[in-house]
Order: sequence, then C-alpha cells, then structure tokens
Amino acid sequence: MEIRLPLTDDTIDKLKSGDHLSLCGILYVARDAAHKRIIESLEKGEKPPFDLKGQTIYYMGPSPAREGRVIGSAGPTTSGRMDVYAVSFMQEGIKGMIGKGSRSMEVREAIKKYRAVYMASIGGAGALISQCIKKADLIAYEDLGAEAVYRLEVENFPVWVVNDIYGGDLYEEGRKRYRKI
Amino acid sequence: MREIDCKDITQAVACLCKEANFSLPGDVKKALAEAANAEDSPLGRTVLEKLLDNALLAEKEQLPICQDCGLTVVFIEYGQDVRITGGSFNEAIQEGVRKAYVDGFLRKSIVRDPVFSRINTKDNTPAVIHTEIVEGCRLKITVLPKGGGSENMSALAMLKPSQGVEGVKEFVVSTVEKAGSNPCPPVIVGVGIGGTADKALALAKKALTRPLGTPNKSAEYADLEKELLKRINSLGIGPEGFGGKTTALAVHIEYFHSHIAGLPVGVCIQCNSARLKEAIL
Repeated sequence: MEIRLPLTDDTIDKLKSGDHLSLCGILYVARDAAHKRIIESLEKGEKPPFDLKGQTIYYMGPSPAREGRVIGSAGPTTSGRMDVYAVSFMQEGIKGMIGKGSRSMEVREAIKKYRAVYMASIGGAGALISQCIKKADLIAYEDLGAEAVYRLEVENFPVWVVNDIYGGDLYEEGRKRYRKI
Repeated sequence: MREIDCKDITQAVACLCKEANFSLPGDVKKALAEAANAEDSPLGRTVLEKLLDNALLAEKEQLPICQDCGLTVVFIEYGQDVRITGGSFNEAIQEGVRKAYVDGFLRKSIVRDPVFSRINTKDNTPAVIHTEIVEGCRLKITVLPKGGGSENMSALAMLKPSQGVEGVKEFVVSTVEKAGSNPCPPVIVGVGIGGTADKALALAKKALTRPLGTPNKSAEYADLEKELLKRINSLGIGPEGFGGKTTALAVHIEYFHSHIAGLPVGVCIQCNSARLKEAIL
C-alpha cells in the first residue's frame, strides 16, 4: 500500500498490523539523545526543532554520507529505548513511529488512545534503505553527531505495520503463528 | 624475536575495520541464503532476501552494511616472540580504528563517559581490546564491530552446579526469547560457560569469532549447540521478529574450567549484520 506522509487519521484508521507500506513524503529522524533534548525543551515551554503535530519519527542514526550521496547507511535502531519518551511525543501530536523491535504495553496503549501507528523497517538493511532517501537536511542538535535531528524526504520507503490502533502486534502474531515449542 | 612495527598494526586494523563494515563474511551470506530457501514464512523470506541485497549493495558502494558501525571489539592473539617497535601497541590499534571510522565514513557511536556527559569521541575510539598471549611469533588481529542493539541483549547467569545442562539450556533459550525482535534476528548466539562472571561473558563474545556454524570440538558441547539452535528456531521469532523459523543462524559455545561452587553462563547475541574480519601479521 502506498502512503503519502504526513499520515492522516483516515489512513491510520485503515492500517492493520502486518500491512506492508511504501511511504512517500517527510520523515523526521530522532533517537535517544534527541528525544531527551526535545522533551527537555517541551518541559521548559520552548519550541521543539520541528512541529511534532501529525508527523512521523524515524528512530535512526545514519552513518556519514560519502561525497555525492544524500546520506550514508540509514536503517532503524531499537525502538524500545524511546518508549520512555514516546507517550509524551504522541500527546504532542506525533502520529507515526518507525524503528525496529517491540514496544512497551504503555506505548501500545497510547497508540490506541492517541490514534497513532508504529511501523518497523528492516534492521540490518541500512544500505538498501538509504536508496529510498532522496534528501536529508540536518535541522537540529548537530553537536550530537550521529544523534542529530534530520528532516528526510523519502520515496517508496518500505515498512511493516507492527502496532495499530486496534491493539494488533505483528511481533506477537508472527511468533504465535510459527512457534513450535 | 620478531619485530612488528606499530605503523603496520595501525594499517592492518584500519583495513580490517573498513572491510568488516563494508563486506558481510561469506559464511554469513551463505547462511542467510540457505535460510531464505528454507524459511516457511513468506515475509521472513522477503526479509532474508533483502538482507542479502543489502550486503551486495554495501560491498559494491562501500557503504556500511548497517549504519551502526558498532563499538569496535578487537581480539589480539599475541605471539610471545613478537616485539612491538615504533610506539605504543595500544595506541597503534586505536589509531587504526580512528583512521578507518573517520576516513571510511563509518558511524562514530562511542560516548566519552557512559553516565554523565555522554559526549561523542567523534572517532569511535576507544576500541575494546582483548589480548591473549600465545606461543609463536605471529600477531593475529580480529575485528568485530559490535552493534549496540544486539549488545544490549547480552545476559549473564551465575547458575548453581546442580542446575546442570538443563539450567544452561533454559537460560540460553529464554535470553534469546526475551530479546525477541530487538537484536535484529536472525542472530548468532555466543555462549560462554565456566570461569568467572567476566570470563563467561568474554568467552561468549569470543564464540562469535568462530567461522559460522563450525561446531565445538567437544562432541558433548557440539550436540548442545545443535539442540539449542533447534529450540531457538522453534520459538517462532523469525527474521526481524516478524515470525518464522529462522531466529538464529548458529549457536557457538566456548567453555572453560569453573569453580566447584559455580556454573556461570554468559550469552552474547550478534545481529544479522554479523561483521567480522581477521588478519595475521
């Protein structure tokens, strides 16, 4: 299914765990240290480096771009480390999260409550994924190096829906289907 | 006594770091291809094929296989008849890492102190170096760039001797089960049994340097590896955790003598970007 970003409520209503999506549009990159800073700035009443409303966050820290390239390798990092920040992000309007690995029950409940979606891309396919990134702009926290915030323009960016608003969880469903002990 | 110059060590380490990050070892590619053929889950097969495509592209374009170019773990087998000349052995290794990560467009993922400042060192140093002194006049250098996501799934159990082999099995399988989709399966499971707590974990890491799927020399431990692999691949986790029978490509066990009071078991999980490269000087 081809999906234009930003995600709309109508689109999110249709998404089910296990759906394969091809994303086109804008993603914002943030991982551990950037999340911490964004939360601190929100607590101080300051503006975050981008308007979180309606946006999709990609948990990722790219390798540096060689000359002539948009970005280096750019696969997902483990999402569970962002669980502690994710509920606040959804309260601020974040609609989509992309990473890899399972989320806490608290995050899964918040996904239902705030009508958001968690998607996984392939961990370990960072070179391949980089081909879907057409533009990458560093927009904040340059001092964090690999943890800086980027704005990406992506085309046909492949993800699978893990957690939907109906409580579905691709990891649990997949494991149940193929478990033999 | 044979002399080896620090410059040669730096150059060798730099080459190994780059090659490890750009080229997935042949045995890992072969195992992924075999797993793709054998996998029951269509989505699992797709994932395994994508991982192979990724490895080909990375090699061709000299892009890191994974953006997490790891904490650089360096294993040294130091022949006792070798004398290092021209500087500090430790600094020669660190300089090799520095050069590779800066010149090779590899990601720098190391922060200066883990609790307080967490400021990036900007050159991926320092590497973690494990040195073993052996006989002879050669220097063997093995570079294992270790991703953070899989390393976070490491575990240690100080079992009681009475828990025996069943205790070992239960701990290893439950560690992989708990890790689930987090360490980017299919994984390689390194298991270290015996010694002290630190020794068991060091052995678990060392087990990841064995050629993929080569069994332990002891028949009993080789059988245990086989049984653990079978049980892990029955968990259903599958490629990327999306479901399937390819959760691990191999289980490697290394063991050591242990105290009469103990049965330490360390588990170290390697992700599907199982990068590894060695050279002998």
